[in-house]
Amino acid sequence: MALTREEATQIRKVALEVRQDIVRMVHAAGCGHPGGPLGMADFMSTLFLQHLNLSRDNRLSEDRDRFVLGNGHTCAGYYALLAQKGLIQREELLRFRKLGSQLQGHPHRNLELGIDFSTGSLGTGLSVAAGMALGARLNSWDSRVYCTSSDGESQEGQIWEAATSAAHWGLGNLTVLVDFNNIQIDGPMREIMDVRDLEAKYNAFGWHAVTVDGHDVIAVDQALCAAKETTDQPSAIIAITTIGKGVSYMEDTSAWHGVAPNDEQLAQALEELGAAVS
Amino acid sequence: MNSRAPVLTMHQLAPLSNGANQNIATRAAYGQALLELGNQHQDVVVLDADLSGSTKTAVFRKAHPDRFFNCGVAESNMMGTAAGLACTGRKVFASSFAMFATGKAWEPVRQSICIPQMDVKICASHAGLTVGEDGKSHQMLEDITLMRVLPHMKVIVPADSVETAEAVRLAYETPGPVYVRLSRASTPVIFGDEYKLELGRGAILRDGSDLCIAACGVELAEALIAADILANRNIEARVINLACIDPIDVDLIVNSAEHCGAILTAEEHQIRGGFGDAVAQVVVRHHPVPMDLVGMDDSFGQSGPASDLIRHYGLDGPSLADRAETLMQRKES
Repeated sequence: MALTREEATQIRKVALEVRQDIVRMVHAAGCGHPGGPLGMADFMSTLFLQHLNLSRDNRLSEDRDRFVLGNGHTCAGYYALLAQKGLIQREELLRFRKLGSQLQGHPHRNLELGIDFSTGSLGTGLSVAAGMALGARLNSWDSRVYCTSSDGESQEGQIWEAATSAAHWGLGNLTVLVDFNNIQIDGPMREIMDVRDLEAKYNAFGWHAVTVDGHDVIAVDQALCAAKETTDQPSAIIAITTIGKGVSYMEDTSAWHGVAPNDEQLAQALEELGAAVS
Repeated sequence: MNSRAPVLTMHQLAPLSNGANQNIATRAAYGQALLELGNQHQDVVVLDADLSGSTKTAVFRKAHPDRFFNCGVAESNMMGTAAGLACTGRKVFASSFAMFATGKAWEPVRQSICIPQMDVKICASHAGLTVGEDGKSHQMLEDITLMRVLPHMKVIVPADSVETAEAVRLAYETPGPVYVRLSRASTPVIFGDEYKLELGRGAILRDGSDLCIAACGVELAEALIAADILANRNIEARVINLACIDPIDVDLIVNSAEHCGAILTAEEHQIRGGFGDAVAQVVVRHHPVPMDLVGMDDSFGQSGPASDLIRHYGLDGPSLADRAETLMQRKES
């Protein structure tokens, strides 16, 4: 079922708030990764608002959906979305990366907060998500497992071990969303180590793969609906995005992969993101 | 600290009356124990990486095909898959050769199993020199180091088939990650039917006060041979089994240091960072006495029959006895 106009508007509104939180959080921490999550905010908001069956009420129930942030360094946006869902206190967002905070620099499993798994080392997430999907099927649960990955992470060999096994086991309850922004730490992905056509690769591995504009919430929603309807093979959604989306000076550059904005840069970012600057 | 360290009773040790004790490989005992565990507990799931015939998980597969998944030759993915399955309430036993389970897959074991403290039991076979003819690429001599260094990981190295069955039970009952080190070669049955393995507890198999030989795995049988040889030289050795390396039995090690005044460790593994190092840390911190560590000393192995290799690298009973006697001289000086 296609998104209603109201649903699409709500997702875009939340994505904007998430982007504001991302720059505030990374600024407050004085370090972190703003570029990736700014680029992912639209498809992540679509997933979290419209598809992922996770809430304060069901966060500990066995047959809830599960989510693994494979590219764990993009967790600022993930935490902001968990705050949107009432699983993380808003005050805690500004303690991101501080000593004693539950919001670690890369996600640490904390079911109370809705954080299903620990990630941070690229390549490890998809295997875990496949294991969760296998376990859900073994337990006859209706739950779905969603995992994020990225073009850079697709350079890790373990991703393709996981892609092989998930297809072999026919894990129709597993969906990976690959953030494809053509940027990695050292520069453009096409120059550093080109992973080429990920849709073709996932298809060749036996997945149901599609490529969408990762900023088009209607297209992302349609891809997520198609993934649900594909029950005999796992689904891959290659989401083409612009790193740093919404903050002009962070867009399409590797310079803002892992750098925090200063006070002045924060003010400009929030202004561009339409936030009331205090 | 316990004032009196108990010595195992007759029923906790295998009967010696039938002469040469039966030899059984710990991996074979693992396959049987896993099958029985699976019969009792529906939450047990088993993974293997294309070595189920060798690791003996095939015994479980035949009985419970719905709870067995072959991950193919992809050990890192197997460990991640195990962690994911554990998130769905399963107790997951993941097996391969020790080389691949702990070496190739070390990083996912750290990131996806130990950091989130998942209920994954890594039971790896073909550890150590006694892999034999396959040679140095397959003789895993660094796995104890790689596993004991990880926070939250428990490390158990059973000495025989009875202790292996106990290790499997203990791994199931102990929450969180556990590593169980298993061997390819057939080894003597040392323990009796009433033997119980407890987490963090060692045992005295034979008492003596001249020096202590601490061993685990296949080296326990060699340590007992060494104690017989030493007895003929009027040296009474205490032999302790420390199958549980992490957590280790601090009380028993300190008691043995006090009682014997010297400790020799024996392992089928690199001495750097391995079993002997774990014992030495306790000795250095709590009751320093002269020590020596028998094991592989900064060297890889080579192809050959297991028993030849054990002799060649000085891990056999007679070599242990000689090293013990040399250590005794340091004690007296």
